[in-house]
Amino acid sequence: MSDYLYLYRGGNRTGSPEDMQQVMQRWIAWIQDLQAKGFLKNAGEPLEDGGKVVRNRTTVTDGPYVESKDIVGGFSIITAESLDQAAELSSGCPIFDVGGIVEVRPVLEFNL
Amino acid sequence: MDPTEHLFRRESGRMVAALTRIFGVHNLSLAEDVVQDAFYRALEVWKFRGVPENPSAWLMRTAKNRALDLVRRDRNIRRFAPDIESLLSSEWTLAPFVAGAFEEHSIQDDELRMMFSCCHPDLPEIAQVALILNVCCGFSISEIASAFLVSQSAMEKRIARAKKVFTHSKRLFELESGADLSARLDSVQRAVYLLFNEGYHGASSQASVRADLCYEALRLGDQLLGHRLAATPATQALCALMAFNAARLRSRVDQNGHLASLLDQDRTLWDIHLIELGHRRLSESATGCEASSFHFEAAIASIHASARNFEETDWSAIVSLYDVLLSIQPSPVVALNRAIAIAQAEGPERGLEEIHAIVDGERLLEYPFFKAALGELEMRTGRLESAAKRFQAAMALARNPSERDFLQERLRVCRETSPSIV
Repeated sequence: MSDYLYLYRGGNRTGSPEDMQQVMQRWIAWIQDLQAKGFLKNAGEPLEDGGKVVRNRTTVTDGPYVESKDIVGGFSIITAESLDQAAELSSGCPIFDVGGIVEVRPVLEFNL
Repeated sequence: MDPTEHLFRRESGRMVAALTRIFGVHNLSLAEDVVQDAFYRALEVWKFRGVPENPSAWLMRTAKNRALDLVRRDRNIRRFAPDIESLLSSEWTLAPFVAGAFEEHSIQDDELRMMFSCCHPDLPEIAQVALILNVCCGFSISEIASAFLVSQSAMEKRIARAKKVFTHSKRLFELESGADLSARLDSVQRAVYLLFNEGYHGASSQASVRADLCYEALRLGDQLLGHRLAATPATQALCALMAFNAARLRSRVDQNGHLASLLDQDRTLWDIHLIELGHRRLSESATGCEASSFHFEAAIASIHASARNFEETDWSAIVSLYDVLLSIQPSPVVALNRAIAIAQAEGPERGLEEIHAIVDGERLLEYPFFKAALGELEMRTGRLESAAKRFQAAMALARNPSERDFLQERLRVCRETSPSIV
């Protein structure tokens, strides 16, 4: 088993109160399901949109300003057999219902 | 019921009300943006950490903090509610005022102010109801459009026009002035009843959508009852009437999704708690010397709710109530319902006589249940051929698939009784 990072990018953020609540409830159900099946290592955290970008120690700017479809809104860490399985497991993610994407990145393994 | 069911929708109206009080009516869209932002934050945080212990308080706190940030950032470049501008300008008063605006009792008053403000006299009733649904009840434009079976763009225009009137009204409706409140209370009651009826008889074929509208109307009725000056006997009667009718919601549609008439409804499905609530409200409404049309409609509904079956209904009591109702609210639809009650009490021939004698009866020619009532009573007198023609004519007027199915079924029964009819 190896660890994989899910990066949640983009996705429409507006909608009727009822729609937004339903998206939220689908997320909770999906995360709970991953947990129940033993795939969830860390549910993760949401991220604020903005922040600071630091370059070469002295240059600090506000940002990053990227297109809304590329904004990373949060992350989770899961445990799976393979990258294929990790990608497969993300298919139930509700972010797809609102036009966002999940980026699946294997955590680099260090085997001596 | 799951306490988080429709949570966002419910909290939406409460947050918009508190924020509009702070920002001013001209900043309604800013208040709506803050609410949208609070929901987005809730969605983001709760999906990872689960729904908090008190989700409603979490949302309120988020909206309150965002309001404080916004006022601090924009108070020199933007005008907020004119009557509280001095409170917002100083740090000494800003935080306590905004905190106070999000206290429960303050939110309740603001929700009521919003409801009264939505019933602006410059707006047609149907626009008042649409605005209430959008602003006070958190329904999106497309949800309202589908409930009223109108196009999204038509509803968008209707609500945009209504919001223009709202945002130009200078300030939220003042509840403290008893005279103003009484003057507008009539329109507020009518709007709430219209909303209820849209759910009860309305166009949408989705039973769940319609039940939601009815429950929203009950909730708005409760809000009115929560205010000393708005809780008049007429408001009590309106709430009684809605409770009695809402009690029958589950049985109005049978297991095949077809409309069931009062005669065919499974009365064991009626909601006893709502019927009890109706009786309680009705007895509370019997104070003072004011008897509104709601009083008589509620009294009629209470007789239906108390009858064990259709046959045991006290039809002569219902007829007398309709007599009074017709005298204070002369309308052909009331007259038609009275005629149907007379048919139950005194036989179909008497009912038909009354229907043909309706003053202004021509106003009912486009109403499918006018023809259907004629067909129903003619069927009972054995004039099946004529009855079948009435049902066919009624079907041509049906406003939605469930009405059409209902009339189709009556036509089928009519043909079954007399196979010679084509």
